[in-house]
Amino acid sequence: MSTETVEPAPELGRREAMLAKLASLDEQHALAVAGGGERYVERHRARGKLTARERIELLIDPGTAFLELSPLAGWGSDFTVGASVVTGIGVVEGVECLINANDPTVKGGASNPWTLKKGFRASQIAEENDLPTISLVESGGADLPTQKDIFIPGGKMFRDLTRASARRQPTVALVFGNSTAGGAYIPGMSDYTVMVKEQAKVFLGGPPLVKMATGEESDDESLGGAEMHARTSGLADYLAVDEHDAIRIGRRIIARLNKEKLAAAKATLTFAEPEEDPDGLLDLIPTDLKEPFDPREVIARIADGRSPTNGAVFDEFKPLYGNSLVTGWAKIHGHQVGILANAQGVLFSEEAQKATQFIQLANQIDVPLLFLHNTTGYMVGAEYEQGGIIKHGAQMINAVSNSKVPHISVVMAASYGAGNYGMNGRAFDPRFLFTWPSAKSAVMGPAQLAGVLSIVARAAAESKGKEYDEEADAGMRAFIEASIEEQSLPYFLSGMLYDDGVIDPRDTRTVLGICLSVINNKPVQGTDRFGVFRM
Amino acid sequence: MEQKEPMSIQRILVANRGEIARRVFTTARRLGIGTVAVYSDADAGLPFVAEADLAVRLPGNAPSETYLRGDLVIAAAKKAGADAIHPGYGFLSENAEFARAVADAGLTWIGPTPESIDSMGSKIAAKKLMADAGVPVFGEIEPAAATAADLPLLVKASAGGGGRGMRIVRNLADLADQVKLASDEAASAFGDATVFCEPYLENGRHVEVQVVGDTHGNVLVLGERDCSLQRRHQKVVEEAPAPGLSDEVRSTLHEGARLAATAIGYVGAGTVEFMVSTSSTDGAAKVSFLEMNTRLQVEHPVTEAVFGLDLVEAQIRVAEGGTVPEVPTHPRGHAVEVRLYAEDPAANYQPQSGLLDTFDIPTDLAFDQFASFGSRLDSGFVAGSEVGTHYDAMLAKVIVWAPSRAQALRQLAGVLRRSRLHGIRTNRDLLVELLGHPDVVAGRMTTNFLADADLAATVDRSLPGTPVDQGCAVFAAAVALVGESVRHRQVQQAIPPGWRNVYSAPLVETFDLDGTEIKVGWRNVRGVLEFVDVYGEVSGATAAMPVPIPGGWRVQVEHDGIARPHDVLLHGDRVDVEAPSGHLALRRVPRFVDPAEQVSAGSLLAPMPGTVIAVPVESGASVEAGQTLLVLEAMKMQHSISAPGDGVVEIAVSVGQQVAAGDVLAVVSTTSVSSDDSTEESA
Repeated sequence: MSTETVEPAPELGRREAMLAKLASLDEQHALAVAGGGERYVERHRARGKLTARERIELLIDPGTAFLELSPLAGWGSDFTVGASVVTGIGVVEGVECLINANDPTVKGGASNPWTLKKGFRASQIAEENDLPTISLVESGGADLPTQKDIFIPGGKMFRDLTRASARRQPTVALVFGNSTAGGAYIPGMSDYTVMVKEQAKVFLGGPPLVKMATGEESDDESLGGAEMHARTSGLADYLAVDEHDAIRIGRRIIARLNKEKLAAAKATLTFAEPEEDPDGLLDLIPTDLKEPFDPREVIARIADGRSPTNGAVFDEFKPLYGNSLVTGWAKIHGHQVGILANAQGVLFSEEAQKATQFIQLANQIDVPLLFLHNTTGYMVGAEYEQGGIIKHGAQMINAVSNSKVPHISVVMAASYGAGNYGMNGRAFDPRFLFTWPSAKSAVMGPAQLAGVLSIVARAAAESKGKEYDEEADAGMRAFIEASIEEQSLPYFLSGMLYDDGVIDPRDTRTVLGICLSVINNKPVQGTDRFGVFRM
Repeated sequence: MEQKEPMSIQRILVANRGEIARRVFTTARRLGIGTVAVYSDADAGLPFVAEADLAVRLPGNAPSETYLRGDLVIAAAKKAGADAIHPGYGFLSENAEFARAVADAGLTWIGPTPESIDSMGSKIAAKKLMADAGVPVFGEIEPAAATAADLPLLVKASAGGGGRGMRIVRNLADLADQVKLASDEAASAFGDATVFCEPYLENGRHVEVQVVGDTHGNVLVLGERDCSLQRRHQKVVEEAPAPGLSDEVRSTLHEGARLAATAIGYVGAGTVEFMVSTSSTDGAAKVSFLEMNTRLQVEHPVTEAVFGLDLVEAQIRVAEGGTVPEVPTHPRGHAVEVRLYAEDPAANYQPQSGLLDTFDIPTDLAFDQFASFGSRLDSGFVAGSEVGTHYDAMLAKVIVWAPSRAQALRQLAGVLRRSRLHGIRTNRDLLVELLGHPDVVAGRMTTNFLADADLAATVDRSLPGTPVDQGCAVFAAAVALVGESVRHRQVQQAIPPGWRNVYSAPLVETFDLDGTEIKVGWRNVRGVLEFVDVYGEVSGATAAMPVPIPGGWRVQVEHDGIARPHDVLLHGDRVDVEAPSGHLALRRVPRFVDPAEQVSAGSLLAPMPGTVIAVPVESGASVEAGQTLLVLEAMKMQHSISAPGDGVVEIAVSVGQQVAAGDVLAVVSTTSVSSDDSTEESA
């Protein structure tokens, strides 16, 4: 097999198109960073408080990375981009932690349905990767107009906290401000609570509610002040003099969790940087997604280069068979991974069978899998149906679904139809799923979908003997195409929490490096138990 | 000249410390002579002790207990089997009584005869002696008879030295008071209250002549040195030959020195000091004898350089009964020496002490004699040495010898600039500034130069150079800490530092620069660290990941198309940046401080570990400054802790409690002034 790679021909427009998309991505991220907007951020700061991101920057170890998750949650909805919470993975005292910080500049940090979804996703990541959770709490509770979407499912938040505790995944709550009513159970259910003096306010019912319920006159401090909870109720384990102090105490708590990474995962891995400049990824993605590109060019830019511990960049498996899907072994930041990458868009029976075999091989040797999506789906047509494309697709989906090694998916470009399933789409619970700005995902391409609808409508009209309104058809097609196009775009899908974030292709290696490190908090263990493979 | 068979010294004890001890040992070793050091407790760890063949402890630290104890020194020589004593400079070097005692003990004294020392010991007597011998001297002025025309006047202690007891009087009315003060100071410093007055030369130059005499009546005159650059009568820069002197003045000086030495039958190395006025109305320079130093001078290496001889070797030879060496008649090239002091020129030259973390002065030689043009270091310290407060604050002498004066100045400044001196403030920046000063380069130095000149290093402790230089240097410090944090990572070792998929704000590192907090922002842009300058002066500076070097990191900062290498060395929380324009000493400000460790203003801390044995006041009591608040017993000693000012006391400990050094014992909150005001207003 060859590790030779050829420079992609610098095709006009590819880089420009990608850079324009990245500039737009920066703008969308800036919306999340802006939180509730300048006015509310200023007001928050004027109270001597830090913003959610400032708290995180102080919390994590100096100079370490922070992988923010679901930053575009709520994109395209009526709610502020980011959904009034910042979640992500950071290193605190040398321990990888899941950090969950309310953004009090957005409606006082109130939770809306997207906040909830984002929080659930974060807890899932903590659970699957054995991470301690640190909650930086300052939230006015539920966004009441949407209570119907929050109240019932929201209980899961508290359930997740205590189940994490039971799984021996410690939870720490640093309370910076409001944490009232249901929100009071965030510190209530956490293993460790730190409250900031004269800022934290943790009670089930505030003075007006207490007055209404029992007639008792009370004030915030006696009902839920940090001093009261530290000295009287015992809900606060630590009293912090200010926000910095709370973060300092939080760091000390993590430092004492006796959390040592698995020796094998902790060992300093030596490896070489990729042999091709990751910057070249910008030149790789065709502006027209119908045009395929060679995923080996991507692999050469994200996988470790050759070194004394890595004899080849990519050991391709079954290179001569089912070559619309590339499979093989590589290392990323010293961690071995099995890669499945679409090469020609369409998945045929051979590709499905090849994938099935490869996934089983990875499970046999306990190696995580990386799926690089650029698929338009499984092949259709009489020849293929007769050749058992459903059966073979089902084998692949069976293997993906029951595989027990960690999976990471990167949607580089197209991810359509059942191809999205076979390549380990969101529904198949990959440990992490990131999207490039060039990606599109839907049941099928917008033009195809509009065309299908048109054909069906025309057939219906004909069966009723009605004349088909061609003008209306064109309008319908244009409308459908536009709306499907919009719904296929990465921001929209990311807003729906269908990925963990949209990333710059040049950051892919770093993101994968962090994910693989995080995954290694738990031993990787494959399985030999799959569903019944239809033969 | 036929060399008489000299008596042979086998082992020299140097009755001194630091660089001069090492200097004498170097020559002794080369001549095959054994070496003995004496050392005080504070000096036990210094290189001169370890380098000597044998070393004898002088218990204690004060000079009066140690290096001035002639009896102990002689006993040490006896015990260690030394047959000669070299006194170095300072301490016992001009003590005739000690010289006699050495001889009486049957040891060879490497220095002039006690009689010579005596005759020059009193400045008044010496001046008279010189005047009689035909050496030009200042007329002595009787304080009572002084008139306005005699001003300004210099009041000097007859037994003085090193500028102590010296006063300049510009106003006749002050004269009596100043004479009294000088006299009191002289009495306490030298045990001799005698003072005298002479005219003070405003624009005088200090020029001195090196002589070596032998027991055969030979007096060798080894040219002159200019030592005009002084601060508070302490020499800072010395050079040989003295620039810009006419042949006539030069021969007056040389002849005067020869007469002086001959007049007292001088044996050994000595220096005859003169004032040379440069502003006499007729344009002719006036030369006046100041005093004769009957010892080896600190600045002897510049003379060694230009005449190509070893003055310590000459001293030993002469002491052994040999003759003075043969030397060229004229000096060759030009030599300049600077004295590197542990002092803070920006705080009135306050002496500094502490640990010398890095002490790297890139010279060609150490102590040795020049074979060709180059640089030489004479120092009593090495990296890791502790610089104490008991003795002189001189860290090193750096000497450059070059074909021309201009080259010597430039070269010496270069050596100093490239030197790495971390842990203690020094006068290095001042020296570099002096060596490049237009007046110094032009040879226009007077003894007032340092006091009068407007020198940046005497007011500013920051990095020499522009705001861009400074900005790049603090950025480099932050980048080095990035390297350091990456090195100590437990996880995600190879993930780019400071990487963010969603950028919100720069990462911030905080430093303390001389009491000012400096925040340095940076971000990682695709593997390049970018400076986010909160002060807005140095936008666009970038750096690649730092490269490890011993003790720190090399950081290449790019700004405006120029690559600037910085070496950043880390010692605990101290961050020393070696920037292209100089050295910047920073301190890391920790991100978090445990409030329990914060000390409130007015706190009294335990000076040492101990037990509280008495608390005579109660919390909440009003106390007066100086009132005893509690008594601590430590090391079998009782220490009273008293109120630093009037106020209300809060006692933090109780009787019987064990405390650690630095623990808060009590807090005295000073009585609020504003509350008094408001009381008055309401009344």
